[in-house]
Amino acid sequence: MPNVGVLVPLVAIFGGLIWLLVRAIRGREVERRVIFMFIFVAVATPILFPITFQEHATPVVKNLFDRIENLPSGSTILMSFDFDPAMAPEVQPMANALSRHCLAREHKIVFMCLWATGQSLLNTTLEYVIRPDFPHLVDGVDFVNVGYKAGNEGVLNVIVSDFKKMFPTDVNGVPLDGVEIFDKVGSCKDFDLILTVGGGRPGPKEWVLFVGDPADVPIGAGVAAVVAPQLYPYYPRQVIGILGGIKGAAEYESELVKTHPRFENMEKPGLRMMGPQTLAHVVILAFIVIGNIAFFRGRRGKKTE
Amino acid sequence: MNRSTYIVVGVVVVLFLISWILKAVSLSGEDDGYILRGFLITMSAFLTLAIFSFLYRDNPFYKFAEHLFVGVSAAFWMTQGFWSTIVGNLIPRLSAGLSGFFMVPHQPSPWNISYWIPVILGILLLMRLSAKYGWLSRWPLALIVGTTAGLNFVRYLRSDFIVQVSSTFVPLLGREPHQWQGAGAFVSQLDLSATGQLAALLTNWVIFVGVFCGIVYFFFSKEHTGVFGRASRVGIWVLMITFGASFGYTVMGRISLLVGRVTFLFRDWLELIS
Repeated sequence: MPNVGVLVPLVAIFGGLIWLLVRAIRGREVERRVIFMFIFVAVATPILFPITFQEHATPVVKNLFDRIENLPSGSTILMSFDFDPAMAPEVQPMANALSRHCLAREHKIVFMCLWATGQSLLNTTLEYVIRPDFPHLVDGVDFVNVGYKAGNEGVLNVIVSDFKKMFPTDVNGVPLDGVEIFDKVGSCKDFDLILTVGGGRPGPKEWVLFVGDPADVPIGAGVAAVVAPQLYPYYPRQVIGILGGIKGAAEYESELVKTHPRFENMEKPGLRMMGPQTLAHVVILAFIVIGNIAFFRGRRGKKTE
Repeated sequence: MNRSTYIVVGVVVVLFLISWILKAVSLSGEDDGYILRGFLITMSAFLTLAIFSFLYRDNPFYKFAEHLFVGVSAAFWMTQGFWSTIVGNLIPRLSAGLSGFFMVPHQPSPWNISYWIPVILGILLLMRLSAKYGWLSRWPLALIVGTTAGLNFVRYLRSDFIVQVSSTFVPLLGREPHQWQGAGAFVSQLDLSATGQLAALLTNWVIFVGVFCGIVYFFFSKEHTGVFGRASRVGIWVLMITFGASFGYTVMGRISLLVGRVTFLFRDWLELIS
């Protein structure tokens, strides 16, 4: 039955595209609302009737995965949630997958945010991912949430040399001096790896500029697709790996499940979203072809006049 | 407003109320605050649809959602600024009384003028609201611009210039783990995978040729003719491919956001998927 459900819209989409192609060849223009309708159907169909694709980690994702996988258990990782609800559909899956991986490898995580809105999204990860998947882990022992601190790059400029100066307590007001993780962490230089998930400013770029390069700390980034191309020049020297957009999240989830089969049944939003992505991209490509045909057809018509 | 507008608004209000009731009923078994939660989910769905309605044409529902978003965002960031910067960072260091009033732990420290300077600069910044003393706000603004420029200059020079330039000096015949051992060895051990020697060589050549030709395109002291012109043309292609990749990523990002909203409508609001 689901196959019928997915087949009907697919036939409608591709039938409609052929009809529009014929119209374009005849020199008729396409109403923009028709394009919106096609995109909506292309996105909605795989959500209602899931279509999944096999994903393989590309080197830029695999590098980050391997770094986390190969760090000795008990390594200390700083993870910053620098995003807002508008970016969340894209980058929250990365944050969840990275958190799961780090904790599965028994690394200690210090969570923080440079965006005020990141705090509630960090709580979402803690509440719906970490606590159900790792109920035995203790807040303050296996991970610490130091919360949000205002100051953007100013915060980075301080924590690169003295972490507790900017974050004297965790989010619950517990002094970090008494937290075991911070016994060997004085500044960002003491973290084995820094993971930054975001896409705006401050975000991964600022982490590279203000912490990664000056302190020579390895940085891994999960970024919204819009800013991913700006970050690629930093790979592999200044950023050890990048999850770019939902494709990066899907590749990471796929690698995580392959290496840690215990996560086979976890929610995989990245992989799930690749169905709508693929179909929507096919529709956009078809419209680019149709648009070009209409354009050249129109230009030829003008020349003959 | 004419009669048809009243009818449309009335229909939307009735649909909203029906959706709220149905949502609250469906949540009543699992959540104590089901009426409020039902309202919030219905409101989120209404605002999502109101924003999407702009795709058809501009309308009052879109305007309402847009203005609500701008207002709520402005209020959110203002309160965040006050509570996280002034109450969170400054007051605990300045006054035990004010710390008690705002219920934040006081951080006793010896009198330090560096905590008072931002207070004074902050007050000067607010002078912008006064026609007579507005000029005073230029001083803190100048300090902000100067400090930001100074801080960023060093960081950008290092990370975005020096390290980037040195990263461009890539070995064109490969390096560890793909050290060049001659053409014979290269052909006999040919590896077509993404991590193989061929891919590494091609990547390095693309970086070298792309950067070189891209710079040639921006070199305007010589006419772009002959070999120089051909290199410049390759530079244009490199730029176009880069812009295309950026656009492709942007499309992927926007589709992801659309998927997020449609998933919300189907899962949380309409409960069509689990």
